[in-house]
Amino acid sequence: MMYSVKELYRPETLTDALAYMAEHPDARPIAGGTDILVSMRKKKPEDVLLVGLQNLQELRGIRRRDDGTVEIGAYNTFTDLANSPIIAESVPMLRTAALAMGGPQIQNAATIGGNVCNGATSADSAPGLFARGAILVLRSAAGERRVPITEFYDGPGRVKRQSGEILVSIELPAYSAAHYGDCYIKFSTRKAMDLALIGCAASCGVAEDGTISDIGIALGVAAPTPIRAVEAENFLKGKRLTADMLEEVGNLALANAKPRDSWRASKAYREQIIRTLARRAVRAAYEMAGGVL
Amino acid sequence: MQTIHIKINGKDWTGPVEDGETLVDMIRYRLGLTGTKRGCEVGECGACTVLIDGVPNASCMWLAALADGKSITTIEGLTNEDGTLSPIQQAFIDAGAVQCGFCTPGMILSAYALLKRNPHPTREEIKVALSGNMCRCATYEQVMEAVERASDLLAAAVVEKE
Repeated sequence: MMYSVKELYRPETLTDALAYMAEHPDARPIAGGTDILVSMRKKKPEDVLLVGLQNLQELRGIRRRDDGTVEIGAYNTFTDLANSPIIAESVPMLRTAALAMGGPQIQNAATIGGNVCNGATSADSAPGLFARGAILVLRSAAGERRVPITEFYDGPGRVKRQSGEILVSIELPAYSAAHYGDCYIKFSTRKAMDLALIGCAASCGVAEDGTISDIGIALGVAAPTPIRAVEAENFLKGKRLTADMLEEVGNLALANAKPRDSWRASKAYREQIIRTLARRAVRAAYEMAGGVL
Repeated sequence: MQTIHIKINGKDWTGPVEDGETLVDMIRYRLGLTGTKRGCEVGECGACTVLIDGVPNASCMWLAALADGKSITTIEGLTNEDGTLSPIQQAFIDAGAVQCGFCTPGMILSAYALLKRNPHPTREEIKVALSGNMCRCATYEQVMEAVERASDLLAAAVVEKE
């Protein structure tokens, strides 16, 4: 296979990459390539300018700051996420998501930055990042822009990355609660190499008295973009979770969803899955945080 | 056109590649190593699996130029200098895990990478490690057996050439 690449530029530093992107507004960053190359097959051949991000150390690493913020470099593969002790401790649902995405070969190449910038509602990393209110750090030759991930998706396969911008890192603000738990559930018809029919993430901060102080619930494939289940979150804030409340959590999660009929699954089926996953994910996150139903 | 430098099965190689050329094409047509198969070409079937710095990757999903500086192992790299087969290749034959053979090089490389980091995998661990390799002949049961056999054989002698 020969792709119609006019030029593949391989900068050694972020500064060089951004300078090139400023001069060539149509240039597209390429990281693992597992989405961009597939998209280039489907399109009519055009002479594409690519900027390879492989050598940019500025995009690597996973750090936890003193204030508890977790900073994930955009160029971390799903295998990097799965192997990171920081992710396992601070955001274990992202480890679950990383291991649920594609097969080992794709996990070894695909990056979290690419997963976000590709803009798919089925992106396995998206529900967890939405639930945690991730902040995206974008850089261009003109400077830095910080965008909440909840405002970044623009529609199916579309994000608000401006020309000349490279996603550098993803920040997860810390929860202040005494105890933390989270959960990502991917529902798909196959266990391997399949897209999510629905993905649901819940993250939960629980105070010593068992009340929920922080809560994030997010859904993938429930709408044209990943979404937060805001109504269900508002319902739960400040309360102790009980088994009776879970029914309502499921119903409220549907309030923000706009699932559609497709060859993969009917709208009615997806609604049932959304209700079920929201209940299960919230319960699992609450229990992981030490909450008792 | 760019010039890249890689290690292929332990040997240095420097040469030209087109900017839009995939790694699988470079391996097959520039290096003549046709053990690596071109299957779905969208990273789903695993037939094109090679090890990049020891880790399984779909070579159809890599632009060759982005592999600059990497160490690549193909199925040819597992064979001994004298042309005899490595224990893991022999195990696939002995277990009857090769039917049409198209998926075999990728299967073996995924299994090889698994056994290097986990010499005694459980059946579940083998399934996860090979979950990105499809076999249209459905020889999965024999493949599992082959990896278990190889695990036993390699416990005796690990043959490495990178």
